[in-house]
Amino acid sequence: MNWNAWIPLLVVASSLLPGLVIFSLAEERVRLRSTLNLAGALVKLALVGWMLWGVYHGRHYETRLALLPDLELVLRAGPLSLLFVTLSSVLWLVTTVYAIGYLEGSPHRSRFFGFFSLCVSATVGVALSGNLISFLLFYELLTLSTYPLIVHRGTEVARRAGHSYLVYTIFGGALLLLGTVWLYTLTGTLEFTPQGFLNSLGEEHHPALIVIFALMIAGLGVKAALVPLHGWLPQAMVAPAPVSALLHAVAVVKAGVFGIVRVVYEVFGVSFAAELGVTGPLAWLAATTIIYGSLRALFQDDLKRRLAFCTVSQLSYIVLGVAIAGPIATIGGVVHLVHQGLMKIALFFCAGNLAETLGIHKVSEMNGVGRRMPWTMAAFTIGAFGMMGAPPIAGFISKWYLGLGALEAGQEWVILVLAGSSLLNAAYFLPILHRAWFQEPPETWPEERKFGRKETAWALLLPPVITALMALGAGMLASAPFSPLGWAQLIAQREFYQP
Amino acid sequence: MGTVITKIPWGVLLILLPLMGGMACFLWPRIAKILGLVLTFVGVLSVVGLGWQIMSNGVYHHAVGGWGAPLGINLYADGLSLLMLAITALVGFGISVYSSGYFERQHSTRFWPLWLLVLAALNALFLSNDIFNLYVTLEVMGLAAVALAALTGSRDALSGAMRYLLANLLGSLSYLFGVALLYHGFGSVDITTLAVQVKGSPTTWAALGLIGAGLVLKTALFPLHFWLPPAHASAPAPVSALLSALVVKASFYILLRLWLEIFGPLGGDVDTLFGVLGAVAVLWGSLQALRQTRLKLLVAYSTVAQIGYLFLAFPLAMSAGVMAWNAAVYLALSHALAKAAMFLATGNMLRFGGHDRIADLDRVVQRLPLTATAFALAGVSIMGLPPSGGFIGKWLLLEVALAQGQWGLVVIIVLGGLLAAGYVFKVLGQAFTQAAVMHESRAVPASMEWAALLLAFGAILLGFLATPVLSLVGIGSPFGAHEVMP
Repeated sequence: MNWNAWIPLLVVASSLLPGLVIFSLAEERVRLRSTLNLAGALVKLALVGWMLWGVYHGRHYETRLALLPDLELVLRAGPLSLLFVTLSSVLWLVTTVYAIGYLEGSPHRSRFFGFFSLCVSATVGVALSGNLISFLLFYELLTLSTYPLIVHRGTEVARRAGHSYLVYTIFGGALLLLGTVWLYTLTGTLEFTPQGFLNSLGEEHHPALIVIFALMIAGLGVKAALVPLHGWLPQAMVAPAPVSALLHAVAVVKAGVFGIVRVVYEVFGVSFAAELGVTGPLAWLAATTIIYGSLRALFQDDLKRRLAFCTVSQLSYIVLGVAIAGPIATIGGVVHLVHQGLMKIALFFCAGNLAETLGIHKVSEMNGVGRRMPWTMAAFTIGAFGMMGAPPIAGFISKWYLGLGALEAGQEWVILVLAGSSLLNAAYFLPILHRAWFQEPPETWPEERKFGRKETAWALLLPPVITALMALGAGMLASAPFSPLGWAQLIAQREFYQP
Repeated sequence: MGTVITKIPWGVLLILLPLMGGMACFLWPRIAKILGLVLTFVGVLSVVGLGWQIMSNGVYHHAVGGWGAPLGINLYADGLSLLMLAITALVGFGISVYSSGYFERQHSTRFWPLWLLVLAALNALFLSNDIFNLYVTLEVMGLAAVALAALTGSRDALSGAMRYLLANLLGSLSYLFGVALLYHGFGSVDITTLAVQVKGSPTTWAALGLIGAGLVLKTALFPLHFWLPPAHASAPAPVSALLSALVVKASFYILLRLWLEIFGPLGGDVDTLFGVLGAVAVLWGSLQALRQTRLKLLVAYSTVAQIGYLFLAFPLAMSAGVMAWNAAVYLALSHALAKAAMFLATGNMLRFGGHDRIADLDRVVQRLPLTATAFALAGVSIMGLPPSGGFIGKWLLLEVALAQGQWGLVVIIVLGGLLAAGYVFKVLGQAFTQAAVMHESRAVPASMEWAALLLAFGAILLGFLATPVLSLVGIGSPFGAHEVMP
């Protein structure tokens, strides 16, 4: 019995099975439900740690199940998969703690945590997929399992947001399906391969390949919130804070971006994609999204909406890093997959805390909030400076490598985009920080809940602080052996320098 | 052990047991329910036995009473028949479990004899290899189905059943004329014999037209679908499930068989016509489903659309036979499971809330989580999203269409999925709204909820069984041996 062949499947199952059990639990079985959730998250983390250690020592972890006569469901732990799967499982654990605290006493919790677990299972499946059809399977599963989370509150606004989410994502999924099947009829394989598997196709197929690329990027771009396919994301803010946090940091949007990374590096191969001439337009699309997202964020008074447009903008750093098509930019893009996740999840946790503890939803209500909730706002400050790209926080590392990569690839215009975006980031984050720390607090908060001498409940306070510290650590310890940067370098090396 | 199993004439049991059982139910209404449940379960076991037989000995032949064709009746089962029998047994068992909780005493005594009669006719149909027997089974099945659709005797049910009866009679008549022409022209009703003898003559073309039109009417392909929505929507829930999941598939199966063996090789542009009608059916059925305000009608129109998908395989099969037919069969199987689950779930909601107005369903959907799950899982398969049987079927169909550069069909297949998502989520969106409970509800027995849920699980599970199912359907190579790959 080869255990290594089952570990990737177990990683998916470690959240899937608790999720299915949780559906059947009665509403008031709080303790059992929380235990199941946390146990699943810890088991998943342990399995991922085991795989990391094993892959570092040259082992292979691969599950293959027959799906169609010539196509298999493949789950494989490669370097790229591990980067994303580690991020997802760490952040799932943190978010679960946060969600247990956040939803205390609210209705329909079994349903919520059930779909929450399904959502994470689908994300982990997306991360581990070893070929396009497996990716597609989990990608669609993610669409379906996130919908109930977005409409969880059941209000009219939530329903409209859910509707808009479905219209965008189902349409995107159809485009991706079309691109995938078409590719399969041309190549007869869908296996992710470093440096792609398409360069052996003849010249006559190139126009078709360009269309396929466009179909796939459009399909994935919906979840990655590329302009003009981003419309659903700011609306999806009606979901409860833990959902927004997970949605913006790992689950849905990252699945889209991760898909783009996979398609460019391991389906087309980055040099072949550059040869086809498709990376240039992609870079422009990403640059437009970066600037557009930042500009829109500037004018939002709703804190969560401002953060949402910030996500739109920051996600495209990753796409930009991929589309520049050089080794150093690759490092910058891939590492931002992790860095953006850490920073953004901290920011959303903080926004959730403000809403839950003080009833603050708008930027204009945040005067002096730093004195009332210093720990929360400290975490927020770290996240915000990270987004601006201030050293030594993780965001700086990403921007540094992106800039260097652009110069190396001879695409100086990217520097302008990066600088412009950083200025805009500062323009929409600094006023928040100024209000929070330097303005006088009001007499009363909109809707205050007391937690004794603490500023808020432990389960709500620890997650943002921990994730903010992780973002700080990822920046300060970037050259340590197991840092996200280290993995990103490994991935870039495999894509560009191995024969 | 193994030899005992391979010696029992399972095929004969599959026909005789429900037939006798139906009569027994009629004579002793008291034991009808229990007898029906036991016999449908024995049906599942018999199919397993038949499957064992076929897998160890190859294609199943049985000359009834020792008299083979051309004089007597031959039973014949290859991989395709086996799969149809299997899906009939599974869905049939689900429907039986559901019905045991659904019907009041007064309707129950009428339901079981008729239902077992339909089951016997379905099994006989899938085991027949001659076009006259196919007629007989088709007629028995059709008449019993009409009686079932009229079971409650309400005004809607009677008018729906009347239309259904007329369509059925017209279809059978047309088919019978075709059979008579073929018998007159070639002196046989045995499919294998006809396959060798039939040539492209005016008689053949006339027979093709009559048989094709009759079967298309019974399968409810656009524009001959007019009878389906009222009949399926006004029947009791288990009957709707039975009609949509199995009965329309039976006439499609006959069409497919005759096409493969007799008419397909003759050429002609009928396949293009089928393709065009199928495409229009996908769009029309989906759009109509999207427009409905009543849940049962929505589900019924969805059947019209899904039947359209089956016909898309005809034009594609010209150059990629095996793969296109595999796709059609896979879609038929997963639709059988998913649509049965969907109608049963609808029945639960109707019973619980007392109405099926989609706009007011929120209170109902939220209080029946198992039923809502069943509807959602069945919906996943109907939309063709992974992982589900519907996805596998759609993937295969899309692959063939793309490989042949049939862009029109590609667009239809994708668009049909999007529209299906539209009407499925129109219902599922209700599950999450905030609505106070304000009506008197009627409890739904657990057996009814679980029957729907397990059938829906089956449709999802089918998404992981493509390899064994497709190797089963290849036994006796019903689609011809030549595999054409691009």
